[in-house]
Amino acid sequence: MSTQTTEPPRGTAAGTAGPAPAARARRTERAKDWARRAPLLPALVFLVIVTQLPFVATVVISFTRWNALAPDNRGFAAFDNYRAVFTDPAMRSSVGTTVLLTVTVVLVSLLLGLGLALLLDRSFRGRGIVRTLLITPFLVVPVASALLWKHALYNASYGLLNGVLTWIWRLFGSDSPPQPDWMTDSPLAAVEVSLIWQWTPFMMLILLAGLQSRAGDAIEAARMDGASAFDVFRYLTLPHLRRYLELAALLGTVYVVQNFDAVFTITSGGLGTANLPYTIYQTFYQAHDYGRASAQGVVVVLCSLVVATFALRTVSSLLREEVTR
Amino acid sequence: MSVTTPAPRRRRTGSALGLVAWLCGIAFFLPVAWMVLTSFHSETDAATNPPSVGAGLSLHGYREFFGGGGGVSPWPPLINSLTASVVSTLLVLVLAVPAAYALAIKPVRKWSDVLFFFLSTKMLPLVAGLLPVYLVAQNAGMLDSIWLLVLLYTSMNLPIAVWMMRSFLAEVPVEMLEAASIDGAGLTTTLTRIVAPVAMPGIAATALISFIFSWNELLFARVLTGIVAGTAPVFLTGLVTSQGLFLAKVCAAATVISLPVIVAGFAAQDKLVQGLSLGAVK
Repeated sequence: MSTQTTEPPRGTAAGTAGPAPAARARRTERAKDWARRAPLLPALVFLVIVTQLPFVATVVISFTRWNALAPDNRGFAAFDNYRAVFTDPAMRSSVGTTVLLTVTVVLVSLLLGLGLALLLDRSFRGRGIVRTLLITPFLVVPVASALLWKHALYNASYGLLNGVLTWIWRLFGSDSPPQPDWMTDSPLAAVEVSLIWQWTPFMMLILLAGLQSRAGDAIEAARMDGASAFDVFRYLTLPHLRRYLELAALLGTVYVVQNFDAVFTITSGGLGTANLPYTIYQTFYQAHDYGRASAQGVVVVLCSLVVATFALRTVSSLLREEVTR
Repeated sequence: MSVTTPAPRRRRTGSALGLVAWLCGIAFFLPVAWMVLTSFHSETDAATNPPSVGAGLSLHGYREFFGGGGGVSPWPPLINSLTASVVSTLLVLVLAVPAAYALAIKPVRKWSDVLFFFLSTKMLPLVAGLLPVYLVAQNAGMLDSIWLLVLLYTSMNLPIAVWMMRSFLAEVPVEMLEAASIDGAGLTTTLTRIVAPVAMPGIAATALISFIFSWNELLFARVLTGIVAGTAPVFLTGLVTSQGLFLAKVCAAATVISLPVIVAGFAAQDKLVQGLSLGAVK
């Protein structure tokens, strides 16, 4: 906070009873406060209007009986929509799918990302090129990536995966290579693999930044004292990386929970791959059940508040570290 | 490696690990390489089993994508995407830079609460607000309008932008600001001489992140636009047909639409992390 400077009372004609100096000081202080706050206001007001008001509307609609296909039958529904949401097996399975999808994608890409970050943390020839190759998947537009996996890689008759199987089997003189239909045999895994491919580079970049912010001399000293590479990793690197691992996991969760593109493109939510965003999209866009879609939205928001609280706490601990540095 | 690597054994494992890194890099890049290669094949060569890697190259896919085969022209969606991304990015900067300045340099009281409010809006699933936005747009006659997307993309990227800009502006040395104010420098001088040099790379990085997210967005664009204001990702999902071969065309389209992001991302790899981690990782 800036130090408060009490303005010397500017001399006026004797006898005029101006406002007491203290009151004036308070007023200038308040004006200064507002001047400091003013640049914030446009962004705040904009965000409240565009992101918070719709949510209030969602809450209101969630208590309404409202299907666009039956516009006359509209009224107060109390908790009917919520009852429908919690008893709907499709909704329950999409909650399970969302959790499974998110946890698998985040954990696997976090582990792969950690491995890759450790590999890239050492110098070797062409390190810059390898790093660039590794982050490319993250830069492919998500829909393009989903289409690529679905049609060019997974496709049972001409996808690259089965093509390579044919190759290998021919190499050994066999004419009947296995040709699995990846997207029907394991639909959820198909979605997960494409997402892991896209998110591993993200995890790697955060963890690499963490590795490179380590104090080099402590590691050097430990090596001099004869600590093995594993000991260095276990007792020095990993504790240092903890914050970065948490951050990467939470940010990954925030983004992957909201995933729509891959589910929509690769499986169209079929075969048990419908996650929450896709289910809401369907209830609203295809079933036109506005009341129930809103109730689903409210439930999703309440669930993500739990994740968000943890995420915010982690970010704030990193932030505090930065401020006190 | 460091000075403490005398043993040849360590050097050997070192180069072996370098090789592993290379193999991983190639493995991750392979699908992208396959996408680009397929985009330069003819439709019949693109859909073979086993794959025809060495088939002759052809621009057929690109010609088809750009409307050569009598299909729909991709230019309107590409221009829509460009408009939505660029305009919303500009709006984001106009709103985020002053806000971040207020939070970083002259912290207002309870500044961290404000900061976390911004962040919390980003953590809530956008899909939950989709319906009210749709209904309001419907009543206001704004469905299938690119300006609606501009507004939504601005709100989508604003929280990240504030966080990111704040982390850049926090690096402006406070002593220099104080010195400038003692020397009687005005606001303009302070901003152009002291703040701008530190802030410019940050502004560039923020703009890049905001552009990429807007360019990639599918859900809102799909629900809120139609024939007029459809964006490139929506157009891309419409390219898949149930009849005939389309693989080369789809790969060409995916390559063209990803290209701006890939180029921008290569140019600013580190800034990308800083943006996506909300400035927490430098």
